[in-house]
Amino acid sequence: MRKYQRPNTLVIVSLLLVLAGCSKPPAPSNKILLWHWMTDCNDTFLKFAQQYKQETGVEVIVRLFAPSDSYSQMIIAAAQANVLPDIYGILNTKPIVADFIKAGLVDDLTRDMNANGGGWAEGLSDKALADKRFETGNIYGVKAGIYGVPIDVTNEEMLYNKKLLARAGITSPPSTYEEFIKDAQALNRVGITPFVSGWGELWLLDCFASNYAFNIMGEEKIFATFRGQVKYTDPDWIKVLSIFVDLRDKGVLMDGIVTKGNKYAEQDFALERAAFAFNGSWCVNVYHDMNPHLDYGVMLPPPLSTAFPLKIWGGAGSSFVVRADSPNKDKAVAFLRWLTAPAQQVLLARETNNLPSNKEALKQVLSVVSPVLGKFSRGMEESTHPTIWPVNEDPLVTEAFDKGIQAIIIGEKTPREVAQDVQTLKDRR
Amino acid sequence: MNSKIKAAAVFKDNAQNFFFVLPAFVIFCVFYIYPFLNMIFLSSHEWPGIGPMHFIGLQNYKELMGDNLWWDSMAHAGYITLIALVFQNALAFALALACDRQIRMKRFYCIVFFIPPVLSEVVVGLIWNWILNPELQNGVHIGLLNHLLYTSGWPQLVHNWLGDPKTALTTIAIVHSWKGFGWGFVMLLAGLQTIDKQLYEAARVDGAGPWRTFIHITLPLMLPVILVVMILTILGSMQVFVLILSMVNEGLVHHTDVPVIRILSSMTGTNRFGYACAEAVIFGVVLMGVSFIMKILSDRARQT
Repeated sequence: MRKYQRPNTLVIVSLLLVLAGCSKPPAPSNKILLWHWMTDCNDTFLKFAQQYKQETGVEVIVRLFAPSDSYSQMIIAAAQANVLPDIYGILNTKPIVADFIKAGLVDDLTRDMNANGGGWAEGLSDKALADKRFETGNIYGVKAGIYGVPIDVTNEEMLYNKKLLARAGITSPPSTYEEFIKDAQALNRVGITPFVSGWGELWLLDCFASNYAFNIMGEEKIFATFRGQVKYTDPDWIKVLSIFVDLRDKGVLMDGIVTKGNKYAEQDFALERAAFAFNGSWCVNVYHDMNPHLDYGVMLPPPLSTAFPLKIWGGAGSSFVVRADSPNKDKAVAFLRWLTAPAQQVLLARETNNLPSNKEALKQVLSVVSPVLGKFSRGMEESTHPTIWPVNEDPLVTEAFDKGIQAIIIGEKTPREVAQDVQTLKDRR
Repeated sequence: MNSKIKAAAVFKDNAQNFFFVLPAFVIFCVFYIYPFLNMIFLSSHEWPGIGPMHFIGLQNYKELMGDNLWWDSMAHAGYITLIALVFQNALAFALALACDRQIRMKRFYCIVFFIPPVLSEVVVGLIWNWILNPELQNGVHIGLLNHLLYTSGWPQLVHNWLGDPKTALTTIAIVHSWKGFGWGFVMLLAGLQTIDKQLYEAARVDGAGPWRTFIHITLPLMLPVILVVMILTILGSMQVFVLILSMVNEGLVHHTDVPVIRILSSMTGTNRFGYACAEAVIFGVVLMGVSFIMKILSDRARQT
């Protein structure tokens, strides 16, 4: 057996060398590496990189990794292997962002944002920046500060097809939930499917339900539920879940909505197979590519109650963070400051039909780009987002809630049964 | 002195051999053994994927034992596997038998039958999503299947195939079988072509009909190949998930969940990497157990 000793040692040494090579920290250079997931922005980012090199001499290496699910996992793997680029995005929940920060992987940009009288921070959308901010005494135990740079802003609202509504004799979009149901029934009568959304993707379903939860019970009661002070079996939560029974029974929802991905839902709306859709502001670009002649408008989801304002999800769309131990940290921060300046933001918005995160750029864009995008931007006033809530629900409970809604839509469970299941899980956690 | 030279020569010979397999060994260690051991290590921790890990011993396994969603997903994978074993392999065998004969356009059929397996699962999912689309536009069925059923005079059979818990999993299993039968077809056809044709002629001279020839010659000689095809079908079907994701996204409630989707959901949906690793360990053990049983059966079949 002894004769194999030397080769074995060699194997171990080779392995250690390979592993050591993997985790070697990068040296400072005149290049910065940016990893992103935004296929629609890639060409513009490449143009920006060329322009930035001409202006400053700093080379920005742009690498696209799509789709976003894969990107998100790749970032976690890169963080574990300590090979993160200088600039990257964390497409995950706030607790995970907090874990990245606590692990020393994200730079605190507060000083840069507040430099020169806070010019950079003040130029950016407040809602978008709030998304990137950790307040003093936050529940995640993160040092207060701003940890990201929003590149654009987004929100999720409802869209309506003007032509299909007119065919059903509807002259204006509904302003209340009752009107919406009446319109849906009118659409059904002329053989038009009323509503589509990508509810095969649970986050979109959760977003829709959350809008009505805010409308029915207000944010304090929602947060109290997350804290365990209010039960999901509370009548208000049953009322939220009952909306889906109503939508199902009144024939509002497109067949197969619970397994439909958002891309398919976008296709259905763009090809005029449904009169209403629930989608994010990025859809302007998507619909334009799918059907440039689509005539549609934007509206807030019609409120069910007057008790509390209906809040939609919105805030920072895409954003970047800077690797805390990057040897090119200052250059990375400078590039992000340049990227969020009005000139670049206007160009980015024009090329991609996204709402810019820079306030000045937003004003310029709305006057020249798209009225639909303008409507979306007004929705930002009604927006909120789980990332800025003081408390978040356990992801397992959220999954059970969303899957429960799917079960309601396919007629498998009642709102009470779902509420009981969710509460039982919450009690167990 | 002689023995020393001999020992040195043996050592040199062994070392040379070892260095030839070293690259493969290193790759295997880095990409298989290390992740596997690390997965077992992580399964005893609570970890969101980043930041500190908390050792919790066998807590994840304990929770997993009582996780009905997990065991349901295992049953779903078993159901898909069962359909694949029966439907997919029966189809593959029948077509292989047909193509083993002297028929016209034999090569064309072989190519056509091998198209589904070479397509990506995402593409297959997209194609079948269109075929199974339950929607109507201007009173016309968009999905090909429902359109054909409607126009052929069976409107009562028009159905939301992927949106109904009663049909969703079976539909997925059939699509999976459609996609996978080509592999079995190729392997079984290759196996059939190795059978000496003189055996068939001898059987015919002895008065054996096609059925008896099949039962007493084809089937016994094909048994080892059939078992290999079965092992591959089981392993492939138990691990199916891309097709499901492309057909029903995050699933029809939990009716279309399979183990890999649960593992993915634990990792990306709820950020429970430790729990996901525990699921992966249990799933790996189940797959290894099934493979081991099939290997024993295969060895026995070869001996008989």
